[in-house]
Amino acid sequence: MRRTSLGGKLFRGLLWVMFGLFFLIPLYSMADFSTRNLIAGGRTLQAWKNLVQDNALYQAIVISLLLAVFTVVLMLVILVPTMIWVRLRTPWAKGIVEFLCLLPLTIPALVIVVGLRNVYLWVTYFLGESALTLTFVYVVLVLPFAYRALDAAMSAIDLKTLSEAARSLGAGWLTTIGRVVVPNIWSGILSAAFISIAVVLGEFTIASLSGYQTLQVQIVLIGKADGPTSVAASLATLLFGFVLLLALALVTRGRRRTTASHVLLASAVAVPAVPANQPGLPA
Amino acid sequence: MTNGISVELNDLTRVYGTAHARSDRGIVKALDGLTLHIEPGELVALLGPSGCGKTTALRILAGLDEATSGTVSVGGQDLTKVPANKRDMGMVFQAYSLFPHLTVLDNVAFGLKMRGKDKSGRLSRADDMLELVGLTAHRHKYASELSGGQQQRVALARALAIQPRVLLLDEPLSALDAKVRVQLRDEIRRVQLDVGTTTLFVTHDQEEALAVADRVGVMSQGKLEQLAAPAELYANPATPFVAEFVGLNNKVPAEVSGGQAQVLGKFVPALPGSISTGSGLAMVRPESVTVTADASGTASVTSVAFLGPISRVYCTLQDGTVVGAEMGSSAARTFSPSDRVRVGVEPTGVLVVES
Repeated sequence: MRRTSLGGKLFRGLLWVMFGLFFLIPLYSMADFSTRNLIAGGRTLQAWKNLVQDNALYQAIVISLLLAVFTVVLMLVILVPTMIWVRLRTPWAKGIVEFLCLLPLTIPALVIVVGLRNVYLWVTYFLGESALTLTFVYVVLVLPFAYRALDAAMSAIDLKTLSEAARSLGAGWLTTIGRVVVPNIWSGILSAAFISIAVVLGEFTIASLSGYQTLQVQIVLIGKADGPTSVAASLATLLFGFVLLLALALVTRGRRRTTASHVLLASAVAVPAVPANQPGLPA
Repeated sequence: MTNGISVELNDLTRVYGTAHARSDRGIVKALDGLTLHIEPGELVALLGPSGCGKTTALRILAGLDEATSGTVSVGGQDLTKVPANKRDMGMVFQAYSLFPHLTVLDNVAFGLKMRGKDKSGRLSRADDMLELVGLTAHRHKYASELSGGQQQRVALARALAIQPRVLLLDEPLSALDAKVRVQLRDEIRRVQLDVGTTTLFVTHDQEEALAVADRVGVMSQGKLEQLAAPAELYANPATPFVAEFVGLNNKVPAEVSGGQAQVLGKFVPALPGSISTGSGLAMVRPESVTVTADASGTASVTSVAFLGPISRVYCTLQDGTVVGAEMGSSAARTFSPSDRVRVGVEPTGVLVVES
C-alpha cells in the first residue's frame, strides 16, 4: 500500500516536472531573448522599454485592450439575455442559437475577412476608419467560446425554477436577471469574458488583412526589424493571460457552488492556448 | 382565518401545442373548462395523476402560465392579465428553489426587498418567518448546507414573508423522503392555519391531500371530477374515477334496484352516480369488508398482508373474485391461508359502476 503510494507520488512529481519544463522553458527562453543585447552583448531592458516608448506599439496595445473590453461588454450584453430568454421562453430555439453561435468556429478567418469586406464598407461609412470597429467581428469570433462557458454555467442551475421563484416574489424580468440569474452564473460570465479577452488579444489574421494596427499585427511588424521587442510584447501578452486566469481562479474560489471549477477548467484550457508567442490564427 | 381572501378560477382552458410550428406532436388540452372557487382562508388540495392539469391550474393562478381561455380572480379582482410579479402570491415549488447565492435570511427577505421595504423591517420580518418554521438557527447558512426538508421550510417562510394574498404549493413534498414528508405536511397545515392565508396545494399523493386540506378537488384529464371535504370525498365518491383514485377499492359484482345495491348477499344504499338498475361492479373499500371464520363459508383466505397496526386479508370468493379486507392486526392474526370464511360488507353506501 505504502509502496504504491510512494511510486504514485514519484510518478506525479515526474509529471509535474515534465509539464513545468514544457511550459517554463519557452517562457524562460522568451525572457532570455527579450533581455539580450544582440549588438554589444550582455543584458538590456531596452526591448521592454520599447513596449511603452515605441509609440506605434503602445498605440497598438491600447487598441487591443480597448477591443478586448468592448468585445466582452458587447458579447455579454447580447449573449446573456438571449441565452436566458431562449432557455426560459423559447426552448425550441436553443438548437438554432447554439448552431449560430458555434458557426464562426467552422468558417476560416480568410473567408470571414472576404465576406466582411462588403459589410465593413458600411460600418466604416457610419463609424469611421477606427480599428475599434473590429469589435463587431470579434464579438462574432468569440461567440463559440463564450456560448460554451455560459451554457455550462446555466445548465448547472435550475434557471426556470429560480426565475419563477423570483417572479412570484415580485421581481420583474430585469431584476430577476440582474439579482438572481447573473449572480448564480457569475463564474460562467467571468470565464466567458476571460476567454474572449484571450481570443481578442491573440487574433492576427482578420486585423492584419483588414489593415488595422492591433497588438498582434504590430508584434509581427516589429519582429521583422527588432526581434527582442517583438518577443517581449509576446511574453507580456502571455503573462497578461496568466494573470487573468489567476484572477479568475481567485475570484471564483470562494464560491460555494461546485460548478465554478468546471467552468474554470474550460477556460484554463482555452486561455493559454490562444495568445501564443507567435501571432497566429484565431483558434 | 383572518387575512384570507377568495379565489376564483372560472372555466379555465389551457391548450398546448398550437403556439409553435411543431404541430406533429399534436394538441394537448391540459385544462378543459376548470372552474374552482376557494373560500377565504381555506386550504384546497388539487389531487390527480400526473398530467391531469393540476399543476397547470396552479401555474395559471400564479401567473406563470397563461390560460387559453377563462378568467382568474382573487378577492373579486380580475387578475387574468396581471403578470406574475404583480400578483402577490407566495409559491413553494416542487424543485428546490432557494437562491443559491443568498443566505437563508436573505432568501426569506428577498420578496420584501422587491417591495422596497427598508432593511431593518425586512430582516425582522424574515426572522419572524424563520421562527415560524423553526429554522432561526440556520439563518446565515446557504441553501447547499441545508437538507431537503429544511430547504422547503425556508421556501415556505420565503413565500409567506411577503404576506401573500394566496399561498401556492406545487407538490412541495414530492422530493422529500417519507418521514420528512409527513412531518412537513403537518407543519405546512399548522402554519397555514396560523396565518390564515388562502392556499392551493397541488399533489399526486392522496394521503397528503386528505390529511391537510379543508376540501380536496380530484382532477382527471383537465377537469375537476369532484370537490369535497376529505371525509365526504372518501365516503361518497361522485364518479368511478374518484372512487378508484382515492383509497383502495375492491370491485365486487352487485345488483342494483330501487336505490339499493345487493353486494355480497347484503343490501346497502347505492350512492348517487351509480347505475340505476341491473348488474354492475360495486366499489367497496377494504375497511368496509367483513371476514368471519366459518367452516361452511363459500370463500377462502388467499393471503394475509401485515401492515403494522392493520393487516389486509385477501379472500377468494366462490366466483373467483379476490377481495381485500382491512382489519386490526390482532383480528387478522386468527386467519391463515386456505381458511374457509364468510365475506360480507358494512352497511355503508357504495358506488356501483357498469361492469
